[in-house]
Amino acid sequence: MKLTELIQKLNLSVRSAKAHLDREVTGGYASDLLSDVLANSKEGNIWITLQIHQNIVGVASMKDLAGIILVNNREPEPETLEKAESEKVPIMVSEMPTFELIGMLYSLGVVGTKQ
Amino acid sequence: MKKIRADLHLHTCLSPCGDNQMQPTAIIEQAKKAGLDMIGISDHNSAENVSAVMKAGKRQGLAVIPGIEITSQEEVHILGFFNTEQDLMHIQDIIYQNLPSQNDEEAFGPQLVVDEFDNVVGKNPRLLIGATNLTIEKIIEMIHQWAGLAIASHIDRQRFSLIGQLGFIPKGLKLDAVEVSTRLAAGQKYDYPVITSSDAHFLEDIGKSCTCFMIEDVSVDEIKKALHNEMGRRIIVR
Repeated sequence: MKLTELIQKLNLSVRSAKAHLDREVTGGYASDLLSDVLANSKEGNIWITLQIHQNIVGVASMKDLAGIILVNNREPEPETLEKAESEKVPIMVSEMPTFELIGMLYSLGVVGTKQ
Repeated sequence: MKKIRADLHLHTCLSPCGDNQMQPTAIIEQAKKAGLDMIGISDHNSAENVSAVMKAGKRQGLAVIPGIEITSQEEVHILGFFNTEQDLMHIQDIIYQNLPSQNDEEAFGPQLVVDEFDNVVGKNPRLLIGATNLTIEKIIEMIHQWAGLAIASHIDRQRFSLIGQLGFIPKGLKLDAVEVSTRLAAGQKYDYPVITSSDAHFLEDIGKSCTCFMIEDVSVDEIKKALHNEMGRRIIVR
């Protein structure tokens, strides 16, 4: 599924890299420990987290993730947005908590890295 | 007994998030300008610039305490300060054995190793921004094994701090102190002695927050006594 489709179906608000949303999402990973995401996420994954620090952009860029969804209406810090723009990492905000959001992603066919 | 103004938590250009201007000579100059008598060097998961800053400090007349900021597997930052560079190097060895992956300079920034005259002599290839496989308890234990001080970093902040990551300070942690960013936060009640420091990643932030110790001379053992109010040593709360 394309990132643009997810954004529309889950009613996500895009905060950065608006010109880079035309990407295929290969699956999903959810974690708030950056080291865990570095170790276990896969290329093209969508990452669900509550972390808003600029290091999330570094992690997404290093692992070549499709984008980051922040849960619970958490807004990225200004430095995070700046870095996300320059590294072309899409950051989206959802009003849903993690559990609900992942449930919705699964029902849309986006599954975890073990599937 | 002397009043010593100390900013113990400074990063150098070795930390990927530390500004490239954070070089030995510049750090010492700025610290003296800020009226500090003692600084600590505590880069993320590495101490490869400590020796250079200590030499620059000796040359320019400022006391430098060897240290490091270790990331636990819970992504909690713990500061370690040591009497000697040798003790610190033992800790660095253990950290390197427990720190997976390589740095991506584009993603996180360069990790410059410098000499005492600010010449870049190399780059650290490890993922210093990463987390070690060591628990908080294990990190504190190994710092103490090498007679160091274990201090929980910036616990008043949400990110990478004991309280930010876990939501509370676990009972029974053998910390020597906790660090907060501002004097305001130092007024809170904690079960541990409290120091304030800047966590400077840029030159202009050095000394913006500091701790005044009443101690006999500048050493980790003297700081330890001050934290525990022993033999007249103490922290001066302004």
